[in-house]
Amino acid sequence: MAELTYRTAVAHGIAQEMRRDPNLVMLGEDIAGAGGVFKTTVGLLDEFGPYRIRDTPISEQAILGAAMGAAMTGVPVIAEIMFSDFIAVCFDLLANEMAKARYMTGGQMSVPVVVRTANGGGSRFGAQHSQSVENWVMMIPGLKVVAPSTPVDVVGLMAAAIRDPDPVVFFEHKSLMADKGEVPDGEIVDQLGVAKVVREGTDCTIVALALMVPRALQAAEQLAERGISAEVVDVRSLVPLDTRTILGSVSKTSRLFTVEENPRLCGWGAEIASIVADELFWDLDGPVVRITTPHIPLPAAEALEDMAIPSVDRIVHTVSDRMG
Amino acid sequence: MTDRQADEGLYDYALREPRLPGPENRENDRLEIPIEERLHIYETQQLLRQFEKRAYDLFLQNLVKGTSHLSLGMEAVSAGFGHAMRPDDYTFATYRGHAHTLARGAAPGPVLAELLGRENGILKGKGGSMHLTSVEHGMMGSYAIIGAHLTIANGTAWSAQMRGTDQVTVCFFGDGTTNIGAFHEALNFAVIWDLPVVFVCENNLYMEYTPIDLITAVPNPAADRAGAYGLDAILVDGNDADAVYQVAKRVIERARAGQGPSLVEAQTYREQGHSRADPGKYRPPAEIEAWKQRDPIPMYHERLLRLGVPEGDLSSIQQDVARRVDEATEFAKGGSHPGPEHLMTDVWADGGSAWRN
Repeated sequence: MAELTYRTAVAHGIAQEMRRDPNLVMLGEDIAGAGGVFKTTVGLLDEFGPYRIRDTPISEQAILGAAMGAAMTGVPVIAEIMFSDFIAVCFDLLANEMAKARYMTGGQMSVPVVVRTANGGGSRFGAQHSQSVENWVMMIPGLKVVAPSTPVDVVGLMAAAIRDPDPVVFFEHKSLMADKGEVPDGEIVDQLGVAKVVREGTDCTIVALALMVPRALQAAEQLAERGISAEVVDVRSLVPLDTRTILGSVSKTSRLFTVEENPRLCGWGAEIASIVADELFWDLDGPVVRITTPHIPLPAAEALEDMAIPSVDRIVHTVSDRMG
Repeated sequence: MTDRQADEGLYDYALREPRLPGPENRENDRLEIPIEERLHIYETQQLLRQFEKRAYDLFLQNLVKGTSHLSLGMEAVSAGFGHAMRPDDYTFATYRGHAHTLARGAAPGPVLAELLGRENGILKGKGGSMHLTSVEHGMMGSYAIIGAHLTIANGTAWSAQMRGTDQVTVCFFGDGTTNIGAFHEALNFAVIWDLPVVFVCENNLYMEYTPIDLITAVPNPAADRAGAYGLDAILVDGNDADAVYQVAKRVIERARAGQGPSLVEAQTYREQGHSRADPGKYRPPAEIEAWKQRDPIPMYHERLLRLGVPEGDLSSIQQDVARRVDEATEFAKGGSHPGPEHLMTDVWADGGSAWRN
């Protein structure tokens, strides 16, 4: 058992898989010599060499294109897009190429690519380096989407994503990089499409993702002091989506709150709210409530950014108000 | 304020000065290409021509739905490259990919069936005309949003480089593609990684409905950009299959030997409009006529006669191809329309499309 930071867990997970599969390669901007701008790939160049850990130009389309082409011929590839905001620069490759290749070719093509990218706010970087864009890719048929909240989940879901034969977008949260957690020794392989109940409760269910998970847990702690027993579910994987765990929790608590860092419109919580409304309507004791970043570009100033992204306080107040 | 289109003072491009082809180079009769290979190249050009004509007839019968982009007049490029490639090499094409798919050896029946949206189509009816793919023939796909596929072609080339297989990737695109960002990203990337890839611009003078020279900073949209990436400017007569074949052999061997990528611009002409919906009336009549005189197939036919091949041999090739195209038509028309059991398959590797449990 070792205590790792979230950022070290990224390299740990990649290294575990690179030792297992000598064909696995990775490419991206500043990932080799520099060890990544978030230091998530430190040590990989030394261990695996310059042919497996490759620096690229600032050419996001070329990065994802090279990853897809190699993957089509059976070489598994990890591609890093430095900030998730930059997905917009190479969206064609994600949305129109990787995602559709298998279906469009009648099953001839397989694209085992993991696109890793640093997501989310809290770094005061302003509107073009801070967004939480998991909903951008969740809406595309043919892409799997994961966003771990702890170091051990980073390692396990990284392995699961790399071993998956379909394209997976792997969101690493910038504001979780320094968080520490226990990671067991030996090989860790998790499963895509499995949510986790990370705190049990009986009065309401709070569903959260990535940075919102520790905030939901802290909020649950404070809600307990107010006499509200909140169950917290870490969604972990948006596609596939573990609706069984979410529906199971809501059928027990009869109330659902989502905590989403993505801007409000078409955020992932809307899909979950719709599923719960459709399938558990008569079990609900009150409306489904979404706690989200408002529908605005993210501001840079510390004070404003903190107002925009759901905080522990906002979760506590919203839940206790709406629970009446 | 000025721009080329405005300066011309007209948007009826058919009134512009025609862009005429250069003269045929008869010296190419003497290229060292064995006659057997030339007969194969002839046969392939015949197949591409007759297939595309059949596809057009089937549009008129309303059997081909959606859109389709024919390569009539451009057959020499796909045939010349197709024969210069090794069976395990990789091909990438745009939405105008029927010819490139057939030139790699995919059977015409399933290709035509795909155009007709049938279950026996090469993509089971799920891709259609613009996405023809045959992985078993090294045809790694037709990409209908131009540009990205140049970057994907880098990926198969990178894979071959890593695996040490000496396979070469050949990526085709039109003149219009040279003005999209991915073209430039892909070229720079291929050069810095020394990738075994050949980029082939089929310059047919029109970006869809607009003359390419009006919207491109340089006269030769691909060749004039090559220098920016440290590559040689290579122009070839895209209506002379032997000229194409010779250049293709050279650049493919160069890539196979680990000497890196090439960019080739093949000058050719689209005999018809951009797609099914386009009669191509924006082209000066004199231009259409001049290029018709340089039609690659009669030109190649004449060359083979000059080289002593009896007319009877060529007409029997033509008839044999006609029979194959008839058979392909019957195969395609005989296919059933895909049933609902196909709608939800092949999104994921497990064969299904489930996104939740």
